[in-house]
Amino acid sequence: MLELVDLSKHFGGVKAVDGVSLSVTKGEIFGLIGPNGSGKSTIVNLIAGLIAPTSGRIVVDTEDMSDLAAHVRVAHGTARTFQNIRLFGQLTVWQNLWVAENRDRQQRAIPVLRRWLWGRADDRERLGAALEFSGLAGKRDDLAANLSFGEQRRLELARALAAEPKLLLLDEPAAGMNAEEIDELDARIRRIRELGVTVLLIEHHMELIMAVADRIGVLNFGQKIAEGRPGEVQSNAKVREAYLGTAAA
Amino acid sequence: MDFYLGLLQIIGVHTLLGLSAYVVLLTGQVSLAQAGFMAIGAYVAAMLTVLAKWALVPALLAGGAAAAVVACAVGFPALRVRGLMLVVATLAFGEAVRLFFFNFDYQIAMGGIKVGPLGGEGFRQIRYFPENGWTTFQVMVFIWLMVAAVMAALWWMDRSRAGAVLRAVGEDETAAQSAGLNLTAVKVSAMTAGGFIAGVAGGLYAHYTTHIEQGNFNVLVATFAIAYPILGGLSSVFGTLAAVVFIQGFLVEGLRFLGDWRNLLFGALIVLAMNVRPGGLLDANSAAGLRRALQRLRSGTALSEAGATWRRLLAKWRGAFGA
Repeated sequence: MLELVDLSKHFGGVKAVDGVSLSVTKGEIFGLIGPNGSGKSTIVNLIAGLIAPTSGRIVVDTEDMSDLAAHVRVAHGTARTFQNIRLFGQLTVWQNLWVAENRDRQQRAIPVLRRWLWGRADDRERLGAALEFSGLAGKRDDLAANLSFGEQRRLELARALAAEPKLLLLDEPAAGMNAEEIDELDARIRRIRELGVTVLLIEHHMELIMAVADRIGVLNFGQKIAEGRPGEVQSNAKVREAYLGTAAA
Repeated sequence: MDFYLGLLQIIGVHTLLGLSAYVVLLTGQVSLAQAGFMAIGAYVAAMLTVLAKWALVPALLAGGAAAAVVACAVGFPALRVRGLMLVVATLAFGEAVRLFFFNFDYQIAMGGIKVGPLGGEGFRQIRYFPENGWTTFQVMVFIWLMVAAVMAALWWMDRSRAGAVLRAVGEDETAAQSAGLNLTAVKVSAMTAGGFIAGVAGGLYAHYTTHIEQGNFNVLVATFAIAYPILGGLSSVFGTLAAVVFIQGFLVEGLRFLGDWRNLLFGALIVLAMNVRPGGLLDANSAAGLRRALQRLRSGTALSEAGATWRRLLAKWRGAFGA
């Protein structure tokens, strides 16, 4: 589903991502962890197309995405959320979902005309499902800026789903959440997988990622230092070293 | 009477000009090119009615279309730059258009006199309205029909997905991109629509003043164009209208009796208005209030509510007078 081939991103002399290769299979929840500054968010930005790689390739579902613009990648089925919530605060809940483009919308024969004439009816159906998923149906006409933090996170997730992605990139979705909200998020991520969406989950919250991820990749200083099932990764010596430091000799 | 009709004409044309900037501002772009688009619409429409003897409405639409085409072409390179750089780029474009018309001669002899644009002298004898026997009142009504049509179209657009898309791009380009929106397409569309509206405004302006010259489309006009929607607030098209009435009706004409003091007050009052109503003359709350009022009016409860309010007030006054 997602294939990163020797992907690098250098900012001047800083190698934020340094030759990372990894492969996520369809229907999987793949966790990506690593200490602060290890290049996790840079990888999400690279896959989403917000920044261009220095070298290497990004392949989603056998299509090479490396040179496509960000909005085209969404049309090809890659959606994302942000570490710092980025909603359209002055738009209503419904409008936030309405704005999201999806594949069907872009592949229509006469897209513009059809959108004006019939767009509303099937928008309503598709977005109704996303609204239901967010649990914000009762607040559809509220401004996004007036929602609580947890509601904003849910809305952002729903907006990404409204684009009907094949691959969903979640950039620290649990940041700032309490234990109860994290449990709820856990359930939501599993439901997203049941919808047939492959998930790349970046997270600091170990409990969540160990519970929900099928496989985990570990980054340190822009390089992948380990990959495997949660149990394997936890007992990996290099991973312990990256997180806890070398034992004083 | 003619004074008020003339004032209404000015307010109408400036409302269109403000709305042309409103569309562009929704996407977060500040364009100082609107006066340039207005000039293009003005010269094209006037040349079509005067030199080619077109009817007015097709000429206005053609003027709008010409301005829209130019706006679209300008949009692609200009919108690659952002913020202040965009302001400078569009300002340069507006000035280029003005200087083009400063040097633009295209005169044809008609009935013994030469008509058409003549460089710095401007374009005189745009006599479509007088030749066809329109009264000032009719011209005013015609202008406001155009304003109403554009406002209705934009009001509808604001409530459709297109409005949400423009505002989304204006709020957060990164998030908009990640929601699958093509930033260039959205911004250039807004610029094109704005160009069309400014072009129509220019065409109307040329015909009711009967004489245009490059100085009518200078930086001051471009500044007014963006000042209206900013002062009025971006929550609805009515904000722009309110700002035009405030500036043209009250500050420019209403305070004329103050003589030279008016110019001093002008800037101060705009600053004051922006401080008193930071979200615009018509901000999100008042726009929502307006919508609710309209809904109540439609459902027919407005009258009984007004009656109840009136009775409460009356009771209070009676109390105050000890009756």
